[in-house]
Amino acid sequence: MSAWRVPRLRGCVGLAPAMERLGRGALPTAFLAAALLLGACSTLPRTGPDTMPPLRTYEAVVQGGGPTLLDASDPLEGFNRGSYRFNYYFDEYVFLPVVRAYEFLLPDYAEDRVSSAVDNIGEFGNLTNSLLQWKPRKAGITLGRFVINSTVGIAGLWDPATAMGLERQSEDFGQTLGHYGVGPGAYLVLPILGPSSVRDTTGLVADSVAFSLVGPLAWVDEAAVSAGYAGTAAVDRRHRTRFRYRQTGSPFEYELLRMLYPMQRELQVAD
Amino acid sequence: MRQIVATVLVMAAVWSAQQAAAASPSYFYPFVSPYEASVMEMPRWLEVPLPATVPRREFTLRVFPDREIPDVFWYEDGLVCSLAYQDGRAPLVFLVAGTGSRYNSPKMLKLQKVLHQAGFHVVALSSPIHMDFIVNAATGLPGDSQRDAEDLYRVMELAYEAVRATIDVSSFALAGYSLGAFNAAFVARLDEEKRRFNFRRVLLVNPPVDLYGAVDALDRLLVQNVPGGMEALEPWVRSVLATVGAAARELGYSEMSGEVLYLAYKRLPLKEETLAALIGLVFRMTAGDMIFTADVMNGGGYIVPRNARLTSTTSLGRFAMVAYRTRFVDYFDEYFFPSRQRREPGLTREALLAQMSLRSLEPYLRNAGKVGLVHNEDDIILAPGEMEYLQALFGDRARVFPTGGHMGNTFHPEVVRAMLDLLTGEERP
Repeated sequence: MSAWRVPRLRGCVGLAPAMERLGRGALPTAFLAAALLLGACSTLPRTGPDTMPPLRTYEAVVQGGGPTLLDASDPLEGFNRGSYRFNYYFDEYVFLPVVRAYEFLLPDYAEDRVSSAVDNIGEFGNLTNSLLQWKPRKAGITLGRFVINSTVGIAGLWDPATAMGLERQSEDFGQTLGHYGVGPGAYLVLPILGPSSVRDTTGLVADSVAFSLVGPLAWVDEAAVSAGYAGTAAVDRRHRTRFRYRQTGSPFEYELLRMLYPMQRELQVAD
Repeated sequence: MRQIVATVLVMAAVWSAQQAAAASPSYFYPFVSPYEASVMEMPRWLEVPLPATVPRREFTLRVFPDREIPDVFWYEDGLVCSLAYQDGRAPLVFLVAGTGSRYNSPKMLKLQKVLHQAGFHVVALSSPIHMDFIVNAATGLPGDSQRDAEDLYRVMELAYEAVRATIDVSSFALAGYSLGAFNAAFVARLDEEKRRFNFRRVLLVNPPVDLYGAVDALDRLLVQNVPGGMEALEPWVRSVLATVGAAARELGYSEMSGEVLYLAYKRLPLKEETLAALIGLVFRMTAGDMIFTADVMNGGGYIVPRNARLTSTTSLGRFAMVAYRTRFVDYFDEYFFPSRQRREPGLTREALLAQMSLRSLEPYLRNAGKVGLVHNEDDIILAPGEMEYLQALFGDRARVFPTGGHMGNTFHPEVVRAMLDLLTGEERP
């Protein structure tokens, strides 16, 4: 009976029902903000005096203790679920419509040029982190790529370096921290950016700061240009990412992502 | 004299065998193992050529507008379907997705293109056991062949209402694959009573015969092939995911998603036991998703507590663990059958199982000239004897291929030709 006692609902007793009523058909922007607030809510089912345990309980069906793949440790779960929900609406009402418009307006050829140019500017992060991880071969390849693509590839619009055998060496500060033994820490779902971890978010912040201070666009004073670049890079990234919510068709999509993302990340850190 | 008779008899036997079997001597299919066949994608050069895109739009059906969708399914807001349309007058075919698939799964998208290329308007519908359908369109527990057919029929009526203003429809047809074909057979019989569509042709692609037997067989693929048995399921899944993830990275996919995993896993050279176990695992997860969703939509008591409300922030990890350790046969014995028995006190387990079989449609299927079948002899969802049963039942309306596993050869040119022949053929008495 352990899981089914009445939980302490933290903070949002009156708020949640109102939010849920608002949910169907209300302005998505209102909901987006609300979803983050929902993050402060309980992660237990709402029970009452006539709640009865199910026929198949966790304790009876799942033998052995310890963390399981789908029920992984998630200390920030309330926030993460709220963030996940926010991201779903953001994708649906903002991000994907922008990406669809982008795909409609630009021919595939132009989209590929944009991707290539964004990647080229992003070599800065690959270079600094390869050096920090003491991987001179990767750093050398990255430097070679940047030089070749910026010159022969005309400001990175084309990628002749890959054809020459210099493959992209993707590194970021989160991987650097991981390389030096920093564990991922708690699972974290960032608004807009999606699944991450405490370590990788720290890495992301560090990379962004470094990029804006000493990166290829640091000499540009115009805020509009850097904002323009950031926006384009974001749309390009979403355009290239195949992930779509509800692809799994499972009610446990949040749990499946929580299982897959850290695994994928550990593979990236390892190489 | 005897020799002449013997030769004639042999020739007659060969000739009639060729009539039943659709595969010509030119049928080349690379995978001999039915597991490999079921999982691996055919090489592109062998597949029937398809256009990159077809004119297509999605639409949402509110099947029960007054239904309150539980907060735990906060992302559900109507049943999404898609229509691939023709410019002029054309027949419309309803395409029912296979086991647990959505209207826009990779296979559905391809089949939609195949049928569109053949000149149909195509309405793609999610499988009745997919959670989108259960939440938005189902009226009871999934698995009830008659009720699932009624729910599907209602969806088809609403779908037609939603699109009829924008397209010109000459007649209706029905197609389904795997479990969708099983559903389609029952829908076809229902249409004979309701006469709303008067389907000209019905195409069943790789259906199971006995549903319980098929799902049990699929589940045993997992149970019998996980190295170390089911207790070692988690470490095995972890290692498989690591392998597939590494393959995905090598193929250049930088993120993990359902589609990426699917693409990577289709390109991996895996042992037969691993393939079988993966097929079983995917099926187990489909069943678990269905069971959880059905339980929540029907008041709980099986996996979720009764009289408790799951919200959009409720942690579902523990329910997932229980759901993925629940087999379809458990669902049948512990939930589905008792629930039906409460409504029909005299119902026996055998009677219910008989309803969940194409055999219960035998008189109809034997005489329905409009219903055609495409299948493979080595399909893993057929029990011994069921292939012969289907061939006897459908006679020359069956096109059976020697290899292909379960849906492995669906886009082989010969199979596509057989499917389209059956779907567009002359009206038969």
